[in-house]
Amino acid sequence: METVEPEIAQKPPSRRSDLKKISFSPRYLFTLGRKMAPPVAALAAALLVGAILLYAAGYSPWYAYGVMWEGAFGSRNNLAETLLKATPLILIGSGLAVAFRSGIWNIGAEGQLYAGAVAATLAGIFFTGLPAMILVPLVLLAGMLSGAIWGGLAGFLKVRFGASEIVTTIMLNFIAIIATSYLVTGPMIEEVGKFPQTAQIADAARLPRILFPTRLHIGFLLAMGVALASYLLLFKSSRGYALRTVGISPDAARYAGINVGAGLMISMAISGGAAGLAGATEVAGLTFRLYQEISPGYGFDGIAVALLANNNPIGVIFTGILFGALRSGSEVMQMNAQVPSVLVSVIQGVVLLSAAALGVFRITVAESRKE
Amino acid sequence: MEPLAIVSFLAAVLAATWRLATPFIFTSLGEVFSERAGVLNIGLEGVMLIGAFTAFAITFFTGSPVLGLAAAITSGLACGLLFAFLTVSLSANQIVVGAALNLVGLGLTSFLYRSIFSGRMETAREYVSFSPLEIPFLSSIRFFGDILFKQNLMVYATPIVVLLGSFILYRTAFGLSVRSTGEHPRTVDSAGLRVSMIRYASVLIGCGLAAVGGAYLTVAHTNQFNEGITSGRGFIALAVVVIGRWSPWGAFAVSLLFGFFYALQLRLQAVSGITIPYQFFQAMPYLLTLVVFVAMRRRAAPPGALGVPYKS
Repeated sequence: METVEPEIAQKPPSRRSDLKKISFSPRYLFTLGRKMAPPVAALAAALLVGAILLYAAGYSPWYAYGVMWEGAFGSRNNLAETLLKATPLILIGSGLAVAFRSGIWNIGAEGQLYAGAVAATLAGIFFTGLPAMILVPLVLLAGMLSGAIWGGLAGFLKVRFGASEIVTTIMLNFIAIIATSYLVTGPMIEEVGKFPQTAQIADAARLPRILFPTRLHIGFLLAMGVALASYLLLFKSSRGYALRTVGISPDAARYAGINVGAGLMISMAISGGAAGLAGATEVAGLTFRLYQEISPGYGFDGIAVALLANNNPIGVIFTGILFGALRSGSEVMQMNAQVPSVLVSVIQGVVLLSAAALGVFRITVAESRKE
Repeated sequence: MEPLAIVSFLAAVLAATWRLATPFIFTSLGEVFSERAGVLNIGLEGVMLIGAFTAFAITFFTGSPVLGLAAAITSGLACGLLFAFLTVSLSANQIVVGAALNLVGLGLTSFLYRSIFSGRMETAREYVSFSPLEIPFLSSIRFFGDILFKQNLMVYATPIVVLLGSFILYRTAFGLSVRSTGEHPRTVDSAGLRVSMIRYASVLIGCGLAAVGGAYLTVAHTNQFNEGITSGRGFIALAVVVIGRWSPWGAFAVSLLFGFFYALQLRLQAVSGITIPYQFFQAMPYLLTLVVFVAMRRRAAPPGALGVPYKS
C-alpha cells in the first residue's frame, strides 16, 4: 500500500502545483479512480450483505432497493429529504475529518451536536425581539460555540490530564444527552401542553428555505461551505499542515516547534464546533424546538462519513449525501415495502468494515506520511 | 422516610446493585483482557447486543437458557474473530472496526428481531430464563439474605469468573504474555511468542465475555428482547475498565459502584418527594469517569501499546 503518487511526491506542496493537479489529465483520472475504488467496492459489498439479509428475511432485494432508491432520489421532495439528512452529516463529517487528520479520536460528535442544539434553542427562545438578519447568525453561532466548548473540554482533559479522548468523548456524549433530557423535562419544558419539549424558537430565528415547497433549508449550503473551509484549512494552509503533522507524528511535530497540545485542543474545538452547528441547523431549520433524542445518531454516522471519505472534507460531501440517501431511502422503504429501516445501520456498518478490510484507512496514513 | 423504610429501601437498592452490575462485570472483565493485550474494542455495545439477541432467540426456540447462553458465547466469539482478523491480521484501525461493529450489532439485531418476531403474538409468551436461586438458610438472613443470596446463577458466577480472570492474568504464563503484549509487543515478539496469536486470544475472550454480558440481559435479568436493550452498557463497560485501572478486581468493584448508581436511579424514580432529578444519577457513571481522569492525573495510564497495531 506504500505506493507513491508521482505528482505530489516530486514537488513540494505549493498553491500553483495544486491548481495544476485539478486538470483532468489521464494521470489525474487514474489517481482519482484508484482513490475512489476502495470506498465504492466497500459500498458494493455492503449492499450485497444487505441484499442477502433481505433475501433471508423473505423480502425481494431488488424491490426493496428499488423502493429505497426511489425514496432517496425519486422526487424533488425525496431528494430534499436526502439533502436534509446529509446536512448534519456533512457538517459533522467535515469537522471530524479535521480531528482525525490531527490524530485525535473525537467519538463525541453526538454529544457536541446536543450541546449545540441546547444553546441554539436557548438563543432562539430568549432573543425574540431581534430581526432575522441578526438572530439567525446568533443562533448558529451559539450552537457552534457550545459544541466547540463541549469538544474542547475533551481536548483539555487530554492535553492537561492525559485522559483518552476516546473514553472522555463517549462519556460526554451520554452527559449531553442526559442533560438535554433533564432540560426538556424540567427547566426548559414548554409552558403549554407540557410535552417533554421546549417552546418553539422565534420565527425570526428560523433558517430560510431554499427549495420550495420542500423543507430544504439554507443549512445545506452552510454545510457545503463548512466542508470547503475545512478542506482549505487542512490542505491549503500552514496551520492545517501543522495539524496533519501532529496527526502523523506528534514527536516530529514537537521537534519542528509545533505546539502539539494546542493543535489537539484546536482540532477538538473545530470538530465540536461543526457538530454544534449541526445541532443548531437541526433546531433552527427543521424541528424549531428541542426535545429528547433530537438526533437519530448523526454524530455516530458522521464518524463513518468522515472515515469513508478518507478524512477529506470534499469527499465528505459525497459520503454525507450517500449516508443521507441511505437514511431517507430506508425510511421510505419501511413505509412502502414494510422492510425495517434499521437495515441501513447494517449497510453502514458493513461499509465501514469492508473499507477497513480493504485498507482505505491505511492509505490515509501512507499518503499523509509522504506529503 | 421512617428509619425502617430507609433500611428496606437500602436493601432493595443493594439487592438490585449486584444484579445490575453483572453485565458490566462480564463485559468489562473481557475488555480488561483485550486492552491488556493492546486492543481497544469500542464495539462492545454491538457485541453485547448480538449476544443478547442470540441468547434470546435460541432460548425462545429451544426453551433452554443454557443453550441460549452457549449460543451467545459462540456469537461473541464470531464477532471476536472478525474483529481480530481485521485489526490484528489486517492491521485495520481498531476505532473504525469498533464503531462499525456497533452499527452492525444494532442494525442486525433490530432487523432480525423485527423480521422474525414482529407480529408474532407468542413473543409475549414468557420463556424460561435463569430464575433466582434462593440459597437455603442464608437467604433468610435479614437484610443480607435479600442482597446476597436470592440472585440467579449468572449473578453468583461473577466473583468466580473475576477470580479466574485475575488468576489467569497475573499468575499464568499466558497472562504474563497478554500483559507484555499490551505494554511492549516487540519484547514479546523477540521472546519468540506470537503477538498476533496472543491478541487473537485476548480479543476472543473480550468479545465472548461481552456476549455473556449481553445475554444476561435477555436470559437472566429479564426474559425478553427489545431493540437496543443494552442501552449504552457497552460504553459504560469501557469506562469501568479505565476507572478500574485495567485490573479484573478493579473492574469488579467499579461495576458494583455503577450498578449501585443504576439501582438508585431506578428506585428513586419510583419514590415521590425526591427533589434530585433522576437524570443526575443516570449521568453519575459518566461524570465519575471524567472526575477520575482528573483526580488520577496521568497515573491512570493505559497499557503502553493500546490501540497500536503491531507489525513484525
